[in-house]
Amino acid sequence: MKINIIRISVFIFLIFFIIIMFVGLTKNNNYNTKNLVGNEISEFQLISLNNNETFFENNDLINSQFTLINFFASWCSPCRLEHKYLIKLKEENKKIKIVGINFKDKKDNALSFLKELGNPYEFIAKDSDGSVSVLFGVYGIPESILINNEQKIIKKFIGPINQSHYKELVQIIN
Amino acid sequence: MLSNFGISSLLLTLTLSLMIIYYSFLDLRISNQTIRKKIYKLSLFQITLTILSLITLVVAYINSDFSLTNVYENSHTAKPLFYKISGAWGNHEGSLLLWITILVLFSFLFLIYNSNHEKQYRLYTLIFQNFLIVGFLFFLLLTSNPFNSLFPIPTEGLGLNPILQDPALAIHPPLLYVGFVGCSIYFSAAMASLVSGYEGKLFAKSIKTWVRISWCFQTLGIIVGSIWAYYELGWGGFWFWDPVENASLLPWFAISALMHSVIVLEKRDTLYSWVILLCLLTFTLSVMGTFLVRSGILNSVHTFASDPTRGTYILSFLSLMIFSSLIIFYKNYKKNFVQINLQSKEFYILVNNWFMVFFLFTVFIGIIYPIFLDVITQAKISVGPPFYNIIIIPLVVPFLFLMAIGPQSKWIKHRHTNLYKFLLLFLASIVINFLIYFIFGSYSLLSNLIFISSIFLIIHSAIDTYQLVKKKVKFEYPRIISHLGFGLLVFFIGINHHYSIEKDFNLKLGENKKFDKYEIYFETLNMEQHNNYKAIVGSFKLINIKNNSIDFLNPEIRIYSNPETLTYEASIETKLTKDIYLTMSNITRSEYYNIKFQDKPFMIWIWISALIIVLGGSSRILGNKKNEN
Repeated sequence: MKINIIRISVFIFLIFFIIIMFVGLTKNNNYNTKNLVGNEISEFQLISLNNNETFFENNDLINSQFTLINFFASWCSPCRLEHKYLIKLKEENKKIKIVGINFKDKKDNALSFLKELGNPYEFIAKDSDGSVSVLFGVYGIPESILINNEQKIIKKFIGPINQSHYKELVQIIN
Repeated sequence: MLSNFGISSLLLTLTLSLMIIYYSFLDLRISNQTIRKKIYKLSLFQITLTILSLITLVVAYINSDFSLTNVYENSHTAKPLFYKISGAWGNHEGSLLLWITILVLFSFLFLIYNSNHEKQYRLYTLIFQNFLIVGFLFFLLLTSNPFNSLFPIPTEGLGLNPILQDPALAIHPPLLYVGFVGCSIYFSAAMASLVSGYEGKLFAKSIKTWVRISWCFQTLGIIVGSIWAYYELGWGGFWFWDPVENASLLPWFAISALMHSVIVLEKRDTLYSWVILLCLLTFTLSVMGTFLVRSGILNSVHTFASDPTRGTYILSFLSLMIFSSLIIFYKNYKKNFVQINLQSKEFYILVNNWFMVFFLFTVFIGIIYPIFLDVITQAKISVGPPFYNIIIIPLVVPFLFLMAIGPQSKWIKHRHTNLYKFLLLFLASIVINFLIYFIFGSYSLLSNLIFISSIFLIIHSAIDTYQLVKKKVKFEYPRIISHLGFGLLVFFIGINHHYSIEKDFNLKLGENKKFDKYEIYFETLNMEQHNNYKAIVGSFKLINIKNNSIDFLNPEIRIYSNPETLTYEASIETKLTKDIYLTMSNITRSEYYNIKFQDKPFMIWIWISALIIVLGGSSRILGNKKNEN
């Protein structure tokens, strides 16, 4: 039988395709973030909403004892709700720094949102297509992640932060 | 009881499939032209049992028989009867049973309706089809049995997802399934054709009607799905380029290509291998779509409860299908020289196929690439509308022009005698385009091109129709209707996309807001108690300042109890010229409500033009029946 390059490459491609699919099936589902608590946060680099030159990285976590990474957007009504707790958290606790990740939002809308409700954030990162948030295992907002200065994830809040979450947060910090 | 009955009828179906395969092989050795009666009987018995097992499941749903795990997990005594029934296929196990029923149904219909074709070919088709049936029956019985029983028997079920309680969605899966699973029959027929050497025109004749039937159902299924998304999901869009929606587009592109090229095979006896490949591809893509959706490898709004063992099974079966069909294809592949004149109908159809394959490939990459990237580099990306818009939309422009010219060209050799008409129509389209431009406002260069080409197609098809009516050539109608429908579809989507008004604001009871040409009043807020949900209904008065018309809109927030879910029901006021779309969502612990307002011009015409496309296809099927008699 003659060797037919086209046929062989078709088969090779298909075998490759199917192997990838099998690997994809058996892979751990990264979207499940329940097991993240207690783990070290992976390496990340956030780009500022205001300009493309300011960054927030793992090293910046050392500067404060605790960091709360909060995912928000102007279009998200539960985010409005939790906002007052974030403001309170910032005003009443010196040991914590809040970093905001602006999820799938327009810059102008985000800025007017903060103008209206106040800005609790030390740093605001942009994530216009939601890809940065996926790295943190976040695909719906609001969600917040509490990290200590050893880069360990202490707690994850899914949904808006409320009174009892706030108390819990203050307890952990102090 | 029902559990035992369901399982035994499924096991019997499996045995019957194996018997059909066995007797068909026996019958192959006998060289006469009639298939023995026994095979007909077995097939009839097989289809009866399959339908019976589907009915058993539906009865279990109607009676809320929670001794079946499947019913317990997906139903509830408080559901309305209609949704209890549709709940039977609104979940993975039940929909797979529906899938098998359709496989068997098509196997039976193909056997009885194709008696004028060669015996060997028919028997091989039956054999291959029954291999598919066996494969899927094993899948059902091993990994997703809808008749698994539960003990002790719970008194109440876990409920059906309220988003799925919608009439459009109740018929969406059956339509789509007839479309997707219907492809199986010409997958089997193509394999049979390769093995038995029954090829060319006769083969094309035998599969033509089946291709059209499944094409109509697929198209209709996709339309109904997007109508559901528009009315129910409450985002105001109708196509989101969601990976699962895209997975349903893949077989549609392949089948649309096939539907065109099969005519070339029938009339000109050429492109045989290409038609075979498309037959194989269409069903393979349908199964791949099922794999992508059911295995949980994609994350999307459609995600069913995912289970890796199911994924592994379908993927193994899919690989078996792909490799066995490819090996059979290569073994029987005969190089045939295709001679096609550049100016002929067959050339236009070939170009249509290139476009279809291009669209298919684009969407395929869009689905597969993120998975590949995730597996190989752990990077997560999401491929969304921008990708598809950039790659697909520019190509639609020439596609529309060719769609207008193609149907009127002649087989073998065509002379363009009416260049004059072409130019005139082209100019007319440009003029109309600029009229739209000046009346409604500006848009981009690409949109101009889209409008010009779609208007060109619309006028061209309209003139063709007029000429056909004058000449009384009835045979040409279906194609012209479908092409006209496609032109209208692109045109109205374009208009809708460019001239929609969207506003997002917060209002509390008694307040009003002015924007653009509208003024909206939040008048009252009522609580309503329904059979299976509570509803908070807002009443809004919308005044159009320009023409002083008033509309009343009542969006709802529904609270379903089993399981506890909130859904936002849009209030949609449909008119011939536009849809007004209003959703309201509560802001917890605040008296404000978030209001999303949309003014979407010519929305209903998108559905109408899509239905015109299907109308064309289905009139061809019915028309053909008449011609043959």
